Parts: sequence; structure tokens; C-alpha cells
Amino acid sequence: MAELKASMAGSVWKIVANEGQSVTDGQDIVILESMKMEIPIAAEGAGTIKELKVNEGDFVNEGDVLAIIE
Amino acid sequence: MIGKILIANRGEIASRIIRTCKKMGISTVAVHSEADADAPFVGLADESYSLGGSRVQESYLNVEKILEIAKDTGVEAIHPGYGFLSENADFARSCEEAGLIFIGPKPEVIQQMGNKVEARKKMEQAGLPLVPGFSRPLIDAAEAAAVAEKIGYPVMLKAAAGGGGIGMQAVSNEDELSKAFEGNQKRAQLFFGNGDMFIEKLIEKPRHIEIQVLADTFGNAVYLWERECSVQRRHQKVVEEAPSSFLDEETRNKMGFAAVKAVKSIGYSNAGTLEFLVDGDKNFYFLEMNTRLQVEHPVTEEITGLDLVEQQINIASGKKLDFTQAEIKKDGHSIEVRIYAEDPKTFYPAPGTITSLNLPSGNGVRHELAVHGTSVVSHFYDPMIAKLVVSGESRAKAIERLTEALDNYKIEGIKTNLPLLLEIISHQAFSKGDTTTDFIDKYIKKMKV
Repeated sequence: MAELKASMAGSVWKIVANEGQSVTDGQDIVILESMKMEIPIAAEGAGTIKELKVNEGDFVNEGDVLAIIE
Repeated sequence: MIGKILIANRGEIASRIIRTCKKMGISTVAVHSEADADAPFVGLADESYSLGGSRVQESYLNVEKILEIAKDTGVEAIHPGYGFLSENADFARSCEEAGLIFIGPKPEVIQQMGNKVEARKKMEQAGLPLVPGFSRPLIDAAEAAAVAEKIGYPVMLKAAAGGGGIGMQAVSNEDELSKAFEGNQKRAQLFFGNGDMFIEKLIEKPRHIEIQVLADTFGNAVYLWERECSVQRRHQKVVEEAPSSFLDEETRNKMGFAAVKAVKSIGYSNAGTLEFLVDGDKNFYFLEMNTRLQVEHPVTEEITGLDLVEQQINIASGKKLDFTQAEIKKDGHSIEVRIYAEDPKTFYPAPGTITSLNLPSGNGVRHELAVHGTSVVSHFYDPMIAKLVVSGESRAKAIERLTEALDNYKIEGIKTNLPLLLEIISHQAFSKGDTTTDFIDKYIKKMKV
């Protein structure tokens, strides 16, 4: 089980995968937006998204868990 | 003469514009978002009004509200700064319709230069050399491969609606191209809602060098030399200097002359910048024109002794340029570094609250600041919180002073790129002037994330 963490503080701009979906290594899961920059957060390994911890529009801090991937 | 100006912007550039207005005896109106209520520029202006909200759509892009405040406060002109509404032709038109002077070129010209394909066509007609490319969206990877074959590898694959390097990739053969095409197209669609892809010849080891122009409404135009802005991260400028240590006098004048000719042919007025890529053999290729004041304009001011905001206001007031090309000075050397609230290794934005701020001082040191010692650096806006501009009689002297200034620049409470800036400036390759656009990738170790 792996935690997908936010690499910067900002708001969740888009969630581009669904709970239960199987994802590949490097696949974008969440796109964060901060200071006019959009940063995709990608899966660090293949797996299935067990849980999405955030909603679009939420503010997250650096290190916050965005999703759990099994 | 204009007596009162509204500044439709925030941060360091709003403060910068207000400073020149004060010098010229012009009253100022600041408009600000909720998050910026405490920002330095708000206090500097003679009057300030809240636009409500913190998101840019609610505040700095809220045309209706900005025009309403302009009307209520009786300003004669609006200075858009850079970013936000500065290159928005509809906004410039709305200002005109409301009987206000938009400090910038005419809306038609903004529109023309804002469209990349249109701008390429216009500038080619005006005699500017372009990067060889294909000026309509590619249908698919197969067409991309056919075009790339014609232009010759390596080529640069680019998203039409792209920005910040997203949807952009250099490829050196057909195999790489076919692999890269779909991925970048998908990403461009995801990020910009537009998957149109273009292809251009890849200029190897390029430098980013731009020409500053000034044109009045009587058809007079001059160039204020160049700025070299090759040191970039995420395709955004980090260090800018004037003059470029790479250009010789002949190339400098050739570029300047071509820029002035182009500007005259499109009926441009006010301050503007033509961006070029320059290859190792000093061939130059037009990239795009910015129809506004540029972030890095201070380095030009430092070597010419001109105040570009003052020139902009004079031109917008209907004054003629009161100097000729031959009278423009080029004294010494000036370097600007952009201080970003970001992780110095990953370059990721790092909003937060400043707990202390200590600025260096000394000969040739100039600050353009968006923050104070207890500012909240919000995630709503650009990460640039300050510019440090340092000048000296030579490039070596400017580097020496900048190194010392960066050493003494202290910001606590948030992460900034100050360590990265110091690393760049003190690198041997920088002092040698080996500043191609891949400088950071090539010379600065960066943590992979």
C-alpha cells in the first residue's frame, strides 16, 4: 500500500483518476495548482486506487496524503 | 498630461508603477484582492479599493469592477503592469470605450501579437527571421513525422495552447516523435483543454535574448538594446541581464534594427519586447512579442538611465519620444534575479508566511519588492516575491556585487530559491557567460522528484 502525497501546498485543481481504477507507474492521479503552476502528482508504481482523500477545490499542505494506492 | 492613474495589478510591479507616478506628480489608485489587503503596494497608492475575493477571476481579472472603480475615482488612465489584463485586447478596448487611456498599444495590435500563428505571419512579412516550422495544427503523429522529415531533426514538439513547458518536448528521430506525440497531446488536452500540436526546428544550445523597444504614436521607434534571459527553470526566467555577454555589436544592431522595423510595420506604440532565440552562430529567430512592460525591464533602465514606466506614460499621453537612437546610453552591466517562494531543489511553489526579511544594501543594489517582513505569501498568485537588481561598471563587477547581495539576503518563514540563485551566480560557467537555456539542467544539481 502506498500513500500518494502532495509535493507542494496548493489547491486540488483536478482529479484525473477514480477510486477502484487500476493505474500504471507514472500515471497522473491528481493535479495540484499553486501560484499559477499546475503540478501533476503521479503514481509511484502500478496498483489500484483504494481511496481518494481529497476533493477538487480542497487546499492541501505539502506532505498531505491525496490518495491510497494498493 | 495624465493626472491620475489606476494600477490594475499587484505585487512589486504595482509598487514600481506607483513610484514613477509619484515622481511625475500623478495621483494613483490601487486595486487589490482580499488576500492582498496588507500588501505594500496598497499602502503606497494615494487611494486604494478592494476588488473583493482572492481568486484572480474575482479580483485582478475582474474587468467590470476595475472599470467601475476607475470611473468612480475619476482616473484618466489604467496601467495594466504585466500578466493579468496587460495583454488582453478586450480589456484595452473596454478601457477605450469607457473613455480611459490604456497604457499600452492599440487593442488590434495586442490581439495580433497575442495569437502565436498570426504573430509569426505578421513578423515574417515584416522581415524577421523565424524558427523553421509549420504554422497549422498537426492532424496526427503521422503528419508530424512527415513535417519533421521536411524540417530536419531534431525538432521541438509544442502544444498550441501550451505554457510553462507543458506539452513541449524535443525529439531527435521519428521513433521518439511517434512516442512523444500522443502523450503530449493528451497532456495538453488535459491541462489546456486544447490538444493542438505544432512542430518547430529545434534550435540547439539556444540563448533567449530579447530586444526592448519604445514607439510613440507618431511613428517614431527606438530600441533600448537587449536583455539576455537564458537562465530559466520550467521555461520561466530566473536570471536576466543587460547587455548580453554573447552578442557582438554587429548582431546587437542587426537585431535592434530588425525589431524597430517590425514594430513600425505593425503600427506598434508604447513599450514592447521582441523575444528571440539566438543560436551558437549568432543567428537569431523571432519567438514572440510581449506587448507590455516586461518583468525584467529594470536591467534596461539601469544601463540606459531611462525610466520605462515614465516613457510608457509619456507615450500614452500623446508625447513624442524626446531622444533619438543615437542618444541612448549603454553604460555598465546590470543583472536581475527573480526571488521565488519555491523549493530551491524541486522548484515547486512554496506559499507560507514570512517571519523576517533582511535586505542587502550597497552600491548598485536595487530592490523591487512585493512583500514585507510579515507578509503572507498566498497560493493564489505567482511565486515571485521580489526582484534583486544589481549593477556595476562591468559584468564581473555586477556579479561580484550580486554574490555579496545574495549572501546577505535573508528571508525566514518560507522556502525561497535564494540558494539556487547563489549557486547560479557563483558558478564558473555563469561568469564565463556560458548561459544557454539548459544552464540549470546542465550545471546545477537538482533533486529529482
